Amino acid sequence: MEAKEIIARRVAQEIEPDTLVNLGIGLPSMVANYLPKEVHVFFQAENGVIGLGARPPEGMEDPDLTDAGGGFVTAVPGAASIDSAMSFGLIRGGHLDMTVLGGLQVDERGYLANWMIPGKMVPGMGGAMDLVAGAKHVIVAMVHTARGKPKILRECNLPLTARRRVSLIVTEMAVIEPTEDGLVLKEVGPGASVDDVISATEAKLIVQGDVPKMSLFSES
Amino acid sequence: MKQAIKAAEAAELIPDGSTLLIGGFMGVGSPHRLIDAIVARGINDLTIVANDTAMPGRGIGKLVTAGCLTRVVASHIGLNPETQQKMISGEIDVELVPQGTLVERIRAAGVGLGGILTPTGLGTLVEEGKQIVTVSGRDFLLEEPIHGDFALIAAHQADYVGNLEYSLTAHNFNPIMALAGKTVIAEPQTIVPIGVISPDSVKTPGILVDHLLERQPDGS
Repeated sequence: MEAKEIIARRVAQEIEPDTLVNLGIGLPSMVANYLPKEVHVFFQAENGVIGLGARPPEGMEDPDLTDAGGGFVTAVPGAASIDSAMSFGLIRGGHLDMTVLGGLQVDERGYLANWMIPGKMVPGMGGAMDLVAGAKHVIVAMVHTARGKPKILRECNLPLTARRRVSLIVTEMAVIEPTEDGLVLKEVGPGASVDDVISATEAKLIVQGDVPKMSLFSES
Repeated sequence: MKQAIKAAEAAELIPDGSTLLIGGFMGVGSPHRLIDAIVARGINDLTIVANDTAMPGRGIGKLVTAGCLTRVVASHIGLNPETQQKMISGEIDVELVPQGTLVERIRAAGVGLGGILTPTGLGTLVEEGKQIVTVSGRDFLLEEPIHGDFALIAAHQADYVGNLEYSLTAHNFNPIMALAGKTVIAEPQTIVPIGVISPDSVKTPGILVDHLLERQPDGS
């Protein structure tokens, strides 16, 4: 199984029924594919829809209905269209249960950097700073290393997205929970040992007893 | 009752050096005919305030390519490499603002507030040079209002008095910007008789709209 699929499958298990969830562009958006059918959630796209649906059949696209990446989408029954002030009011106001975002770096404090690489990549923060500052749960979904180099560091050296401890980090190698005491290794991914995870991570990991294997298939 | 004007006439109203608030999210819900008319007239030295600069050849991206802009205030420029190149070369000054902060700064200007207090951006580069205000023990950034000389609004439909109704994710910044421009120019896809848009469906009251673009020409 590809790293991204492992991550998306594991993150999908974190989603509670009847919640409002925002999935970032790219890897995080794959999470929707692995949600058990009986789990009903509303997905928010911050450009203005609650109840984001799948891509429409070809030729049926509505130019006024896209996701935050600009791709054509549909809206599910019960959907609502909203303006940007309402959309970000929901995000900052504590009405968004969960956001899943990609990451460039996360550190021992649980702080995330995911919006720029000075001198190289300056796309802008878009909605990321509001999402990390405002969502009730923030899940970082990313591959564990970049070209062999750790992305989970003692301290981020890229500009931070927010000064807020994220709720959970999910990679293909591990599930890690940032806490007041530091990063707790909760699960290891398929084929990875605790030692593998530790050597692919610059930050100090707290290992408590036997660390369970990541489960990739929902109970149902 | 409003007089409908042509896009070229609307562009004549805009002097060089103006600040334009332009609706849209990756070109969805952007006033495309107005943008084309600005490019055709060759208006220069513009500051634009918008969520993003779309992509080359689309929406606000056309203003970037045509060299109309000297300053951009946006949350995201990542999908328009041309904006990034012109930022690096110094041709365009770019201020990146978190999306939720951007819409509230515009709203603040439009509704007579002296600014907003937001947790977004605390502890990040966005904080630089800004006042931190503590309310009930919680820190917030003081973000100042953003006014526009013009607001260029795209709407689904307008009626003869300029009441506007929006469609799906084409709301985005439009209803908010309609409050914050000294002169508001609305570009509807269709214009309908008074009464067709129910008062409950009006998102922008016609009293805010100074100029209404004539209906979309046939075949476009």
